[in-house]
Amino acid sequence: MNKTMKKRKNSNSLLNRLISVGMVLLSLVYVYPFVMVLLNSFKKKIYISRMPFALPDAKTCAGIANYQTGIARTDFPMAMLYSTMITVLSVLAILLFTSMCAWYLSRVRNRATRLLYRLFILSMVVPFQMVMFTLSKIANVLRLNTPIGIVPVYLGFGAGLAVFLFSGYMKSVPVAMEESAMIDGAKPLRVFFSVVLPILQPCFVSVGILQAMWIWNDYLLPYLVLDLKRYKTIPIAVQYLKGGYGSVDMGAMMAMLVLAILPIVVVYLVCQKYIVFGVMAGAVKG
Amino acid sequence: MERFIGKYWPVFVLPTLLAFAIGFLAPFGMGLYLSFCDFTTLSDAVFTGFDNYIRAFSDGGGGFLHSLWFTALFAVLSTATINVFGLSMALLLTRAIRGRDVFRTVLFLPNLIGGIVLGWLWQVIFNGILNPLGLTIVTNEWYGFWGLLLIMLWQQAGYMMIIYISGLSTIPEELSEAAGIDGASAWQTFWHVRLPMLRPSITICTFLTLTNGFKLFDQNLSLTNGMPSGRSELLALNIYNTFYGRSGWEGAGQAKAVVFCLIVVGIALLQLRLTQRGEVEA
Repeated sequence: MNKTMKKRKNSNSLLNRLISVGMVLLSLVYVYPFVMVLLNSFKKKIYISRMPFALPDAKTCAGIANYQTGIARTDFPMAMLYSTMITVLSVLAILLFTSMCAWYLSRVRNRATRLLYRLFILSMVVPFQMVMFTLSKIANVLRLNTPIGIVPVYLGFGAGLAVFLFSGYMKSVPVAMEESAMIDGAKPLRVFFSVVLPILQPCFVSVGILQAMWIWNDYLLPYLVLDLKRYKTIPIAVQYLKGGYGSVDMGAMMAMLVLAILPIVVVYLVCQKYIVFGVMAGAVKG
Repeated sequence: MERFIGKYWPVFVLPTLLAFAIGFLAPFGMGLYLSFCDFTTLSDAVFTGFDNYIRAFSDGGGGFLHSLWFTALFAVLSTATINVFGLSMALLLTRAIRGRDVFRTVLFLPNLIGGIVLGWLWQVIFNGILNPLGLTIVTNEWYGFWGLLLIMLWQQAGYMMIIYISGLSTIPEELSEAAGIDGASAWQTFWHVRLPMLRPSITICTFLTLTNGFKLFDQNLSLTNGMPSGRSELLALNIYNTFYGRSGWEGAGQAKAVVFCLIVVGIALLQLRLTQRGEVEA
């Protein structure tokens, strides 16, 4: 037994070494698109489509000119601010309100709560195109076309997945603690915040990560809902670089792609454990 | 318990319910109704029965049938490639190899980047390869098709890998060891012991990749924007262009959206049945 264990865990076996080498090559292929975009962001625009795989040299190098034109044309810092604002506020709203809602739905079982739960599940699956026209009109009538106004829209459209994940988690949580807190005289809100919320912590991470990934990268919903003359998120700003006649300044585009990717990579490297955990936990329940 | 918190629903449920009504229930109900109406805004709807559905499928309907099978083929192929590759990576990266956490990190990374950004990024790569041959990504729809397939494989395989890794970690080591002692080859052990145990993960990943394939929009928009002349439009983009690209066709667009919705919900129901049956067996 000991011998087989040793053999299994041995990272120096020939096969495992070969796999390691293969994975190094694959990782290089995986990272290459990011390197390519970074290198091209420093090249003059005509050289980008002509020879995208060449390194920038004295003739083709544009310095930081692409970044300057890109930032000027997209107002990138503002897009970054709006993207951050919308993502943070929407995720916080979703975490707070849907966890409360899910607790109620899983502790009070009657016809209305079961129906509502089913509707939440339905909303998880329905493609956005089904509601995009009517939703954008309704949001417009209700003046939800600002970075604050869009928060309830995200709460509504994101509620399905969140309620589903929270409810799934709550099924495995025993009610005894909540009941004893109530017998001790705590009101429901207090029971929720001091007993239920702490237990839900891992689920908060999972729901928060999944929703943040979706909202940060979402294009069509904010494109249709926001007042685009005043507010653009990062994906919208990137897509806006494409002019009305299909002409694109590829230099500015490369620079903005770098700026769009960079913060995500930094956040990923810092919070990697939580992100991977969030995906795993979310998928097991999904 | 129920009696105790039952009357507190305005606190616990109402905020989410209101947002849900604005963000989903009302748009969904109205969308369903409008698919049977002629309209250009919400207030000028006239009931016309199944007219929109007939127009959606007609020859002048903006290539809906083409995009329907184009999308179905895409979704099936991308589901197969992503899952085979993702599962293979999960099997390799659960072995005791050096640097395996780094490899996992790298393979997962593309998942976090948005579709619009990825479409533009890969457009440069594809055109860089095709330009010397006198071609571009929009020369014909199949370049866009294979391009999208590759982007989705690169982007989603890492996500599915993570799910498969967590599935593999729940299989007791003793099972594979016992099979090995009984004389099963590595392939037999995988095929007859580990793969059946992975069934829940396979169901989840198949469902996710299939619906992601059907719903794909952003990458399609930024990579080819449906060019040449709408031939590389997947369903979601086709519906979007019917709504916002041609005035007077909003009704047909909404009808297409309902058909699209039925397809995706149908897949979801099928997945649910499969999952439940699997649970009964286990």
